[in-house]
Amino acid sequence: MISFSQVNKRYPGGYQALKNVSFNVNEGEMVFLTGHSGAGKSTLLKLIAAIERPNSGSVLVNNQNVGVLKERALPFLRRNIGIIFQDHKLLFDRSVFDNVMLPLQICGFDRRESAKRVRAALDKVGLLNREKSNPISLSGGEQQRVCIARAIVNRPTIMLADEPTGNLDVAYAREIMDIFTSFHQVGVTLLISTHDTNVLQENDVRVLSLDHGELQS
Amino acid sequence: MTQGLTLRLGLLRNVMRRIFAAPVAGIFNIVVIGIALSLPTGMYVLLINAQDLVAELSSTPQISLFMKIESDQKHVDELRIELEQHPAIYGLEYIPRNQALEQLQQSTGLADVIGVLNENPLPDAFVIHPKPEQAHVLEKLRTELSKLPGVNQAQLDSSWAYKLEAILKFGRALTIILASLLSLALVSITFNTIRLQILTQREEIEVSKLIGATNAFIRRPFLYFGAIQGLLGGVAAYLILSISLWLLNLELETLSQLYVSEFSLQPLTMADTLTLLLFSMYLGLMGSWLSVARHLSQIEPK
Repeated sequence: MISFSQVNKRYPGGYQALKNVSFNVNEGEMVFLTGHSGAGKSTLLKLIAAIERPNSGSVLVNNQNVGVLKERALPFLRRNIGIIFQDHKLLFDRSVFDNVMLPLQICGFDRRESAKRVRAALDKVGLLNREKSNPISLSGGEQQRVCIARAIVNRPTIMLADEPTGNLDVAYAREIMDIFTSFHQVGVTLLISTHDTNVLQENDVRVLSLDHGELQS
Repeated sequence: MTQGLTLRLGLLRNVMRRIFAAPVAGIFNIVVIGIALSLPTGMYVLLINAQDLVAELSSTPQISLFMKIESDQKHVDELRIELEQHPAIYGLEYIPRNQALEQLQQSTGLADVIGVLNENPLPDAFVIHPKPEQAHVLEKLRTELSKLPGVNQAQLDSSWAYKLEAILKFGRALTIILASLLSLALVSITFNTIRLQILTQREEIEVSKLIGATNAFIRRPFLYFGAIQGLLGGVAAYLILSISLWLLNLELETLSQLYVSEFSLQPLTMADTLTLLLFSMYLGLMGSWLSVARHLSQIEPK
């Protein structure tokens, strides 16, 4: 499903974020990505969604080399990937409902059908009763869950989460991890970056560990 | 098909909401566009009206030939035969002095003044329809006719019309220059409005790109916005113009009553109105398109 082969990423200015990284994530697998801050976790996730491009090596998603994907093709790659951002990236000029609606609008879904899907997604993250609120009035954990609802509403086959439990207390973090586990159970491929050791201990899954841009075996 | 339609209607609703989200700023923009457009359009309307007037007055050039007051009837009849055989003349009307006086009394409301006169001050006259139309040939004919015996004066009635025509030509050029400049202004206004919008919606654009929006999807509301703002500006220009013409016609009514003529400024025709609206919409679209092309590519998610 996701396959890195000898990937190097150097940012303009010379900072080498990833060095010769190779790994495979199979379809339906749930994998944690860990490492100190600045180890290259975010960069690695960005390469998968083609938000950044590798300097060398290949990044395959669904057997498609996304490193050389044309600009025009990017939207269609990203529609198949649900991304959960560390800073949520919610829009504060509209309700929770409309935030979650955005991916469906982008794909041109029928309004009634999308409303159903949005409610189902909000129900899944336990925020159905807050659909009319502005996300700014929600707590950090709730905002994170809105972001998750937005990522899943389009039913992507791949989900990327960048430090989803970063700023949350243990109870909230556990809830969020439970939500991810439930996606894993229905066959979604998940790649979750975290430096939260509690999370790693509580969940028995494969871990990829980055250190200064290099993958530790 | 219906899905595309609901999508577009929804988009239209969003765009209208966006225009009137900041009603004062939105309306001011539209007013500015309206004023900018109404200036050249107003000039155009005045020109069209003037042109109609000129066409009405000088559809064919005429030469009026006034006889000396003392010339007798026999002399006039001789001249008439001579004129009828002239190769450059295809028709003429003879207006005896009594008839001319009657006409004057009827047509200009000067009956009171004329009644005071003891004798008829008007001479016998011929109205001559010449064959040639070029101004300089007509001028030559006029000179020739004025030298005929018994003729007091020959007047080329269309000479002022030619001058007016030249003035109108000047006016047309002025209108075109003004229209071009103000169209450019409209494009610039839209360009900047859209630039500001793109900046304020930077976050939304970034997020949309991250979750799979195509460039066309992101571009569309801005293009709609530009086109609709331009269209509303065109409507504003039309309203400004209609109200101005109405006010001017009120004044013209008193004026034309004094001159015992019926003249009023004609409003824009249906076709001209449609052209105005489409053109303003097109300019708005162009401004937003330029702005979007320039600014949207600068926003890439990080």
